[in-house]
Amino acid sequence: MENLIEIKGVRHAYSTDAGPLPVLDGLEIAVPEGGFVAVVGPSGCGKSTLTRLIAGLMKPDHGEVWLHGERVKGPRSTVGMAFQNPVLLEWRSILKNVLLPLEIVPSKLSKKEAEDRARFLLALVGLEGFEDKRPSELSGGMRQRASLCRALIHQPEVLILDEPFGALDAFTREDLWQTMHKVKEREPFTGVLITHDLRESIFLADQVVVLSGRPAKTQYVLDIPRNAAPTLDDLYTPEAAEQLNILRHQIQVAQGRTTEGAA
Amino acid sequence: MNKHVQAVAVPLIAVVVFLIFWELLVWANGWPTFKMAAPSDLPAAYIRYWDLFLTMGWQTLWRTILGLLLAVVFGTLLGMVMGFSRIMRDALYPLLVGFNAIPKATVVPIVALMFVGQHDFNTVLLAFIISFFPIAVSVSIGLSTLEPEYRDILRSLGASQATIFWKIALPKTLPEFFGALKVAVTLAFIGTNLMEIVSPHGRGLGALFDSGRTNSDFPLMFAVLIALAFLGIVLYYIVVALEKIFAGWAERTPG
Repeated sequence: MENLIEIKGVRHAYSTDAGPLPVLDGLEIAVPEGGFVAVVGPSGCGKSTLTRLIAGLMKPDHGEVWLHGERVKGPRSTVGMAFQNPVLLEWRSILKNVLLPLEIVPSKLSKKEAEDRARFLLALVGLEGFEDKRPSELSGGMRQRASLCRALIHQPEVLILDEPFGALDAFTREDLWQTMHKVKEREPFTGVLITHDLRESIFLADQVVVLSGRPAKTQYVLDIPRNAAPTLDDLYTPEAAEQLNILRHQIQVAQGRTTEGAA
Repeated sequence: MNKHVQAVAVPLIAVVVFLIFWELLVWANGWPTFKMAAPSDLPAAYIRYWDLFLTMGWQTLWRTILGLLLAVVFGTLLGMVMGFSRIMRDALYPLLVGFNAIPKATVVPIVALMFVGQHDFNTVLLAFIISFFPIAVSVSIGLSTLEPEYRDILRSLGASQATIFWKIALPKTLPEFFGALKVAVTLAFIGTNLMEIVSPHGRGLGALFDSGRTNSDFPLMFAVLIALAFLGIVLYYIVVALEKIFAGWAERTPG
């Protein structure tokens, strides 16, 4: 299968007053079309830098980022992004917020079709009836759902999720995990998910990439066999426990808390 | 009580209570008008000089509004420059703060000398000088504190800087802008009157106040003060109405 996202030998350093601060050093990630990769790693290991590289918001010092067989040189409209902060525009209704990318990206959809699509997405994530509400009238979880719809409205090839559920309470987060599966079934996408939550990573992704501490390189890759219809019960099976154990151990290695070498 | 009735009645009652209190204060102390005029002295002044109040009130009003409009345009541009460029912010901030710290009463004679005889221009200039600062500062803070994610949402789709400004940065700054405009509108009013009073040239409510002073017509002076307060309230609520229209989304319904 062709890899839709390919990150090859990426190195990057930020210049600071104290000299260059390397954040990425030898990053290798490949995501096949329709794949969903979760990236986990210690705090401050450059995970957000990674999202900005894939989105073309910045260029790496060394190495290459490829999207769909083309080298990423700048921002491209085939990417959808959602962050921990849902960054909805307070002065627009939820529907208008979801439609925002279509005001930038050239689209074949008519105004009516675009609105229908936005309503369809909102219904898919459980926000039917909230189209005309303002973001301030919604809860944190609902805002994140709306933000997800906005990231999907222009049918991006790649969905980049930078800790989208990080600020939500545990139950809302689990709700949204299930919503993600529902969305992926109806609106297939290729995704990269940055997360701190190991359970989230094995529940959502079909491959988990563990980054080493700063400067980050690919330390470990764990493939997750996917069920057809995952449920939260899948997180409490012996297989899940074993996956979590492996990942937990790898994170500890990444944090430098254990000297045992990575696989 | 009906909500709308309450919205009008409560402030009106407050004004009436204030006037009664004022009247009682003057009456109880037996103050002559040259110490403090009572509200009951004022209608006579308004009736006697109503045409002057109208023409001079209008002069004060249009010069204030023109100065304020200039301040909005210039302050917004300056705020944009400072909001988008760190270097310009570092360069201009101390200058602006220093400029703002100068008591404007000292600027009046300088301006009056520089543009001698050009009274309308002088007055508008002072209203402008005194009121652009809060606007420039609020716009620059609004723009420079825009969370990077807001930019990234559009930038990752290939939007230009101009698009990001129109679609996100500008509307997001509007609540701060209107907050500053509420301060600026009163300041512009002060600027106009300062020029009219300190450098009298026979125009505006400030000149009417000054003529009350020279003629020892104390009720007239107090009548001018009340007229000024009234104009100030009108201008302020015009800004509040504009804020409701353009930045009403920032208001949260309680609960």
